[in-house]
Amino acid sequence: MLRALRNHPRWLNWFYGFTPPERGTISLGHRRVYIVPSRLGWMFAGTLAILLLGSINYALALGFALTFLLAGLGLAGMVHTARNLALLVVSPGRAEPVFAGEAAQFRLLLENPSRFDRPSILARHVGSGAQLVVDVGAGSMAEAVLAVPAARRGRLALGRVMLETRFPLDLFRAWSYVEPDAHCLIYPHPLYSALPASGAQAQGGTAQAPTRGNDDFSGLRDYQASDSPRHIAWKTVARTGNMLTKQFSEDTAEELWLEWQRVNPALGLEERLSVLTGWVLAAEQGGARYGLRIPGNEITPGRGDAQRAECLQALALYQLP
Amino acid sequence: MSTPHPLAPEARLLAAHDLAGLILALAIVGIPHALRAPWWLALLTLALYGWRALVFVWRQALPPRWLLLVLALVAMFGVWIEYRTVFGRIPAIVLLLLFSGLKLMETRTHRDAAAVVFLCYFLLITNFLYTQGIVEALVMCLALAVITVTVVGFSAPQRSLQANARSAAMLLGHAAPAALLLFLLFPRVQGPMWGLPQDAQSAVTGLNDTMTPGSVAELAQSDALAFRAEFAGPLPPPRQRYWRGPILSEFDGRTWSAAPTLLAEHGPRLRGGTTVRYSVLLEAHHRHWLFALESPAQRPPRANFSSEGHLLASAPVRVRLRYEMVSITDGQPDSGEDAGLLRHALRLPAGYNPKAKTLAGEWRRASAAEIEIVTRAVDFFRKSNIAYTLEPPPLGHDSVDEFLFSTRAGFCEHFASAFVFLMRAAGLPARVVTGYLGGDPNPIDGMLTVRQSDAHAWAEVFLAGHGWLRIDPTAAAVPARVESGLARAVPASGALPLLMRQELQWLRGMRYNWEALVHQWNVWVLGYNPERQRDFMSWFGMPRADWRDLAAALLGTMCLFAAVLLGWSVWRRTRPDPVQSAWLRFCTKLDARGLARAPHEGPRDFADRAVLSVPSSAPTIRRISDLYVALRYGKAGAPSEVAELKRLVRTFNPA
Repeated sequence: MLRALRNHPRWLNWFYGFTPPERGTISLGHRRVYIVPSRLGWMFAGTLAILLLGSINYALALGFALTFLLAGLGLAGMVHTARNLALLVVSPGRAEPVFAGEAAQFRLLLENPSRFDRPSILARHVGSGAQLVVDVGAGSMAEAVLAVPAARRGRLALGRVMLETRFPLDLFRAWSYVEPDAHCLIYPHPLYSALPASGAQAQGGTAQAPTRGNDDFSGLRDYQASDSPRHIAWKTVARTGNMLTKQFSEDTAEELWLEWQRVNPALGLEERLSVLTGWVLAAEQGGARYGLRIPGNEITPGRGDAQRAECLQALALYQLP
Repeated sequence: MSTPHPLAPEARLLAAHDLAGLILALAIVGIPHALRAPWWLALLTLALYGWRALVFVWRQALPPRWLLLVLALVAMFGVWIEYRTVFGRIPAIVLLLLFSGLKLMETRTHRDAAAVVFLCYFLLITNFLYTQGIVEALVMCLALAVITVTVVGFSAPQRSLQANARSAAMLLGHAAPAALLLFLLFPRVQGPMWGLPQDAQSAVTGLNDTMTPGSVAELAQSDALAFRAEFAGPLPPPRQRYWRGPILSEFDGRTWSAAPTLLAEHGPRLRGGTTVRYSVLLEAHHRHWLFALESPAQRPPRANFSSEGHLLASAPVRVRLRYEMVSITDGQPDSGEDAGLLRHALRLPAGYNPKAKTLAGEWRRASAAEIEIVTRAVDFFRKSNIAYTLEPPPLGHDSVDEFLFSTRAGFCEHFASAFVFLMRAAGLPARVVTGYLGGDPNPIDGMLTVRQSDAHAWAEVFLAGHGWLRIDPTAAAVPARVESGLARAVPASGALPLLMRQELQWLRGMRYNWEALVHQWNVWVLGYNPERQRDFMSWFGMPRADWRDLAAALLGTMCLFAAVLLGWSVWRRTRPDPVQSAWLRFCTKLDARGLARAPHEGPRDFADRAVLSVPSSAPTIRRISDLYVALRYGKAGAPSEVAELKRLVRTFNPA
């Protein structure tokens, strides 16, 4: 029963001082910074006890002075350890989508609004154990990138992150939990197979991969920020220093429909999504114009990173809330 | 979760600067021990430190455990040969020094390094068993500074040394007030709580309860401090500075020793005389007796009078002790005395010093009154021309005869011993009194410093109708000893302690200053005992504070301290930014005129709009928005700019 109570979310929320997930920036108030002596701290306390007994027994005035200075040092260390974490501002950064089976790179921005630096802060992802030690300089920011393994497609919530520090004396361990509202889009794990034949009615998905996309080069134009790096005319850039983008004639490229129905129906839902993911990647790689048709969603043919991202997102979130 | 915790000390390896800090700290705390330890052990420890440094520099593997174990066993055997034990206090401390080196040899991670740091603390405190001077305190502060910088470096390995030093300075700065509070208010208990080891009082120089020819002379060559006295009024003249110590009334022909102690209800009764008030700060001598000017008129707490009229503490003086005293100088002593005690003061061993006995017999026969015998004896010493020397020639079986008639040179114990022998032989009860004569007044703080070199022995003779009279045969023979101290009384022979020599005046001047400082140190730091703590508390209106009051005071002060800190940090957090509040006030004023700032609107856009609707105050509005932008988004602005912004906003009135 106690265990049930201990894991009850409302009790936990009260205990940790916040209700997850937390939107926006999170300032670690004193209320949510916990501190206990570390093992070294207990050993230090034992040492102090021996020093105190020795000072009393041998009436060592300087022994008292040493003992009390060390005790004061321990107290100051406690305050400094808590201070190293308290009032730190945590905000989630952008997490680029990854494929299932890879590690989602969650970025946490740690901002130090104080005039002192905060060294040796450990950010540890509670669920996966991914961890990283960062130093946050006075009045500046540091980024902690937590590599959280993503097993399944969909939206992966970051979950609970523990921030811990033992600076400056190692005698105390201060920690705090945050659960920022950070998500990472996880695309289905791609299964690479041959692309379906072009043409709306081709069946079976066994046609050879189109290679003509690269041949439809129609000229160069000025680079724009949204252009795929793959289409930049790097040779020209190297020669002239001008950023130019290769243009392909859209009219000459065939439209390729990647369709749910074309995937081998014997496969399960996730495998079918994986095959479609592989097709999207292959089609984009091949430079074709492609569209995606899955039950309840249709993406008109296009090309480029935006098209690829849109298709992959549709696959990632298929039948998910 | 199998990955090691990156902040755990056992997971972090020792870096070069960590090792350098550890070795430096060990060197600071180890040097005083190394100077006392056997030379081979000091050398071995030093070699271990060096070896560890070389292992690091050359990137070698650390030596195997068994090698260190063998080293430890060999060294322990060496210590056993040196001291015939490994369990006494001194061998244990010496081994602690060695183990610091051995532990360093197996230090790989910060966890081991923390153990070395704890060893440093123990090396620091064991040094205080020997000495607790100002220098030791400064060395302790230095060592703590080095250790703290090193330890801060453990938990922030990537930080610069300067940054770590800054953190350490801040930590120590915050620790100091807490330490002071604890030092003053932590309830003190008078130790020891358990038996001190046998060697706890080894080799303390001071008076003994026996006296053989040469023992006081040997003591008088020591500059060590015996006690200090602080007088409420003027210093008594030198001839009254007789500090009475152990009284020796048993004589076996060579050695004078103290009789079994009997306690008395009261001290010596005196008529007339001058009352002198003073306090004594007595160095620990691990004996019972307390020193007072002749004659003590009151007894300090936890002390008793002996039947021989001197003061005995109820426990040996193991720590520096301060007590208030009242003495009466030049009083008329009480004439009554216990008959048994007087019989005791007449006993002489048979078969010693026949010549002296004959001489005393002649005086007895020739004198009409007892007082005449004493006068004759004093006269004899005055005219004897016996040399007063710190290096008396050795004496044989009949020590008094040889001193008086053949060697004719001696120190005060020879004079006192011979005089008391003569008196007893002449039938007068007499005894030897040891103690100190004189003292060195410090012109800086007016304290009288009494050293072992002021040790003296004199005689007391009982005369019916007069009581016990002090007779100083040394003073009779060498008057300068009393009036001007040892230095003028003894021919400049080289045996004098350094500070007693006349020619080193400048050295004495420096010494006076230093001693005045040391005295304050002794009173306020080393002498801060339970009584002093009670005195301290009574300043704050808490007389007779017991440990509960002290604990309450300590906790109360700490809570107050914490509350003040907390209040300050809360105040600092909630204190609004003056620039921001001025800007908000500006916005409110415009809002009242129907010009609300949209949430997306920046200060410049808002100012543009405001200028359009209130063209009459355009310059003010522009200036306010410029100042706001500069102060809020630019580099730190001057205080004058903040003041200008506040003034402009205050006087701003959009008509």
